[in-house]
Parts: sequence; structure tokens; C-alpha cells
Amino acid sequence: MNWTHETRSKSMNNHIHISTSTSAKSEFSPATMALVNEIIIRYPEGKHKSALIPLLHLAQNEFGGWLSPESMDYVASILKIAPVEVYEVATFYSMFNLQPVGKYMLEVCQTGPCGLNGADKIINYLKHKLNIDIGETSADGLFTLKTVECLASCGTAPMMQVGEHYYENLTPSSIDHLLKQWSNK
Amino acid sequence: MSKKLLLHNIDIPGIETIDIYRQHGGYSALEKAFSTFTPDQVTEQVKASGLRGRGGAGFPTGLKWTFLDRKSGKPIYLVCNADESEPGTFKDRYLLEKIPHLLIEGMIITAYAIGAHKAYIYMRGEFKWIFPILEKALAEAKAAGFLGENILNSGFSLDLYVHPGAGAYICGEETALLESLEGNRGNPRLKPPYFPAVMGLYNCPTLVNNVETLAAVVPIIQLGGEKYAEIGVGKSTGTKLISASGHINKPGVYEIELGLPVEEFIYSDDYCGGIKDGKQLKAVIAGGSSVPILPVDLILKTAAGTPRLMTYESLAEGGFITGTMLGSGGFIVYDETACIVRNLWTLARFYHHESCGQCSPCREGTGWMEKVLFRLEHGQGKMSDIDLLVDVAKKIEGKTICPLGEAAAWPVAAAIRHFRPEFEYHVTHRSEVMDINHNSISAMLVSA
Repeated sequence: MNWTHETRSKSMNNHIHISTSTSAKSEFSPATMALVNEIIIRYPEGKHKSALIPLLHLAQNEFGGWLSPESMDYVASILKIAPVEVYEVATFYSMFNLQPVGKYMLEVCQTGPCGLNGADKIINYLKHKLNIDIGETSADGLFTLKTVECLASCGTAPMMQVGEHYYENLTPSSIDHLLKQWSNK
Repeated sequence: MSKKLLLHNIDIPGIETIDIYRQHGGYSALEKAFSTFTPDQVTEQVKASGLRGRGGAGFPTGLKWTFLDRKSGKPIYLVCNADESEPGTFKDRYLLEKIPHLLIEGMIITAYAIGAHKAYIYMRGEFKWIFPILEKALAEAKAAGFLGENILNSGFSLDLYVHPGAGAYICGEETALLESLEGNRGNPRLKPPYFPAVMGLYNCPTLVNNVETLAAVVPIIQLGGEKYAEIGVGKSTGTKLISASGHINKPGVYEIELGLPVEEFIYSDDYCGGIKDGKQLKAVIAGGSSVPILPVDLILKTAAGTPRLMTYESLAEGGFITGTMLGSGGFIVYDETACIVRNLWTLARFYHHESCGQCSPCREGTGWMEKVLFRLEHGQGKMSDIDLLVDVAKKIEGKTICPLGEAAAWPVAAAIRHFRPEFEYHVTHRSEVMDINHNSISAMLVSA
């Protein structure tokens, strides 16, 4: 390993680039729109910008797992705020993907307690099995490998988040089982 | 076993539903508060309980409530800090997913005490599966008349909502949390003037409390503040949730009565169950990754030779020279094989990643600490790097808007204070260090 190379997939904010790709779909379904309106009224009148992060989550969910410039502009238009107000927020938070990602994004925790319990081995095992590096997506578009910082799962380390679920106490064989299951879906 | 006030019902099937929660005494504290106490009397009960903030700072909760500006004429907001992200800490998650009504009941009582009519639970966005659990519990509480207009015919009304974060440790700092809740980047605010009690959410008086703190209001009202204060030791009253992780036989969340000896917590089968694989204890981070690490001799006993207890005071005894902090109760245990340098490097990487970038000492300093630790850990370090790390840590501490600077600096300073020979070893045995790092990777590839 060359120590001069950064090992993290994403460093500080100056490493973040907004994609120039476009997403296929960029308008909420009527059901999501109803939810959007329900969320906005949770905040006092005139304070609708508070709904920005909840709406960006909905947009990322509905528009292919990432936020394209069009998706962000669309959210800006709903909240009647400037697009740049959306970009500056989207680039700050690690959960927002500003580039297309695979169908399954494997987010492996690498912080202290997970590190004590073999997170490095899990990350290397995934790299080897998927034949990709951290931050890359497999050729079939199924898997993106990402390292993340503490997910509050330290008692069940090592672990990773995939979509809505935490997969805890990971071992090479439990990873084999999961990858097989996702590959066959 | 120690007294349980928060987790005593946690394993009852269905306790996440309002019916089962109420069958086991749920919402009786709320009924008691509304029928027998004025709002100020609720605050008095919390003050009498001696409860201290369970998020990490340990500030007296009742006193914090009294700081709220009640005369401004502006609405008062209550915000629950459920952005649990301090490495080593996973206790709030446990309450949120297992017994959501406990938090909701505590929040309604708190809102009644401080006169808030709108409240938010700011929960870290990664807890995706917990959002539906909380939404369902909130709907149940509303249907039962505990939320909404005129709760229990008291004339008091409250709307309570869940709000997601999106991945940022800094949003656990209360002013950053409020920025984020307003739809902005999570940059902490300057204090003064932005004390949340006066200029908080939407520039209105705001109370921000941790999940466990708000949940603890329920047993305080049930027992009465004075009875609660009888539990624990001295100024460390009540019970505390401890998240135990690392090289132990039984990692998990434990509720302890404050005052439990650290040694009993580590070795008793009621708690951590001893060190994994029969190995020896090397060190402990007792209160989440930001507090100073202590070697085995100083975590089991103070420098004066008295048994170290799980209290705010005992863990802090000796200051930072020989002591640490109870913090969030994130209890990370290291066995004899753990590499202090490697683990510190992962923590330094964490703080660098999580620095919001607003203050130069933190933005730049966390980056330098990560880089220097990376090269030490990978056999490229120099002897002068060790003092360089101490120097950088000193130049961050106390020079930033929020405490993330200290949170990043303290672990570095403490690890070098107590384990300097291990850092020196990384410089004098470079090829061995490099071999170990390469071997761990190649061994893994062979097993694949």
C-alpha cells in the first residue's frame, strides 16, 4: 500500500463533484407529492426550507438512488428556493449521492469499534469478491462499495448498511450469502 | 443487578405498541404530570432529580430548562437530539427502535413543562427502519389523545414530528442540529449570541435534549424527583445506558445504576462478561470516542488507588492527566492485541471526515492528524511526528466555534500521553509495522 494515497472514497467537501449525468425521471409520483405536502406543513409558515432534507431523501429514493442536478432543481422549485441552496445542502451530507450508484450500495462502517472487530478484513473481502475498489460500482451495475463512518452499530461490529437495513456481525460467509441473494434477485 | 428505570420493559413483546406500553404503566407519568403538577412543578421535579444530560456533556437538565427565555413572546420549541453518532454509542437507537413511546411520553411531559407547542425529533438519517416505527407510535399517541389539541383536557396542545438528518456527525452539536433542521448545512453557530435557549430554532427559544435524557423524565415523574435522586452516587443520580463494544464477551446496551465499579461492569456476567477469548484488558474509552482513552491500571483504579466507578465524578478524577469522562456512555474495550496507533488513526479519520470545515484549526488540523497517524501506522513515520501530533492537537483545542475541535484533539493527546512507547515502536520497527499491515490484507485474501 502506498501511504501517500488517500484511502477514503470521499474526503472533505472539496472532493465532491456534482454529476453531469442526467436521471431518467424527475417528477414525484402523486403519492409522493401528497407526502411532500404533508411534510411541508410540519414546519411553521414561512419556514418550509426545513423540509429540504426530508424532500432530498424522497428525491433520492424515487429518482434512482442519487441526486442529479435536475432532481435538485426540481426540489428547489417545489420549495421555491434557489437551486444553489439545494446544492450547498446536498453536498454537505454524506447520505446524498451526487453520482449514479449501483442497485445495492454496500456502506461498510470503518470507524474505531468496527475497526477493532475486523472492518478492514470485511472491506477487503468485499473488494476482492466484487472486484471493485471503494467508491466504485461493479460492471453489472449491481453493487457500489462505500466506506462510511460510525453508524451506531458498534456492539454488533463489523457491519454494513444496505438500503434500509443494517447487516451486523458480518463474516465472509454471511457476506457470500448476501451477495448471492442480491445477485439472484 | 442494578435498578432499571428505562429498560425494565424493553423485552416485553409488543412494547413498541401503545396498548402493550400502556398495559405496563405507559403514559401514567404523563397523566400524573398533567393532573398533579403545574409546568413549573414538573421542572422542579427534574431539578430535584439531579438528572444530567445523557448525550455526553452531563449538564444539569432541570437547570438547562430554566435558561429558556419565557418572556420574548416568541414560540418555544422542543427538539430531541436523536442524531446519535458518537463512535461507540448506540443506546439511543436501542430506545428508539424498541420502546418509542418512552421517548414520546418524556417529550410530551417536557413540552408541557417548558410551554412548547411544536416539537421535533431530529434523528440521524441512517436509521431508516426506525422512521416508520416512530411515525406509527406518534400516530398511536395522537389517536389516544396524548398529542394534538387539548391533551387530556388540560388545554395544552402539542404537535410532535420526526425529522431526518442525512449523515453528519456535527449535527449532534445542538446549534448545528438547529441549522440542519432549518434546511441548511450543519455549521455550528457562534455562542453568544446563538444560545438555543434564547435564539434557537427559527431564532426562537429552543430546548435541545438527548433521547435518553427525555426518556428519563418519565421515571422521574413516576418516582418523584427526590426519590430518583436517591438512586446513584452523589451528583451522579439515577441510571445510565452504557453502550459496550470492542473486545468483550457480551457487547450491547446495559442500564446501570450510576456508581457501579468499572471493574464489575467489565468482568461481571451481568454486563460485558469479561474480555473476549480469555485475553487481557489493555485500555478503555469510557464515554464515546471523544473522551480520553485510559490504560488498564487507570481505568480500574484512580491514580490515588481507589476503585474507579461509573459516575461523572469518578471517571473524571485526576483530570485529563489520569482521568477521563463518562460522556455518552460509549464504552469501547481494547484487549492486549489492539493497536492503539491504528485505532487512533481510524478515529482521526472519522473526525477529519466529520469536521464541517467552518473553522480553520479543525478543518486543517484534523486532516493533518489523520495524515500523520496514517504514516505512523503504515511504517513511514518519524520520531518527531509524535510531538507534531501533540502540537497540532493543542492548536485545535479551544480555538473552534464548537466542541468538535476538542473531540478530535483529546483522543490524540490522551493516546500519546498513555501509550507513547507504542507510537515510538511504530517508528523504530517500520518494516514490522508494514509487514503487519500487508499481512492482514494478504491473510484475508488467502482465506477468501
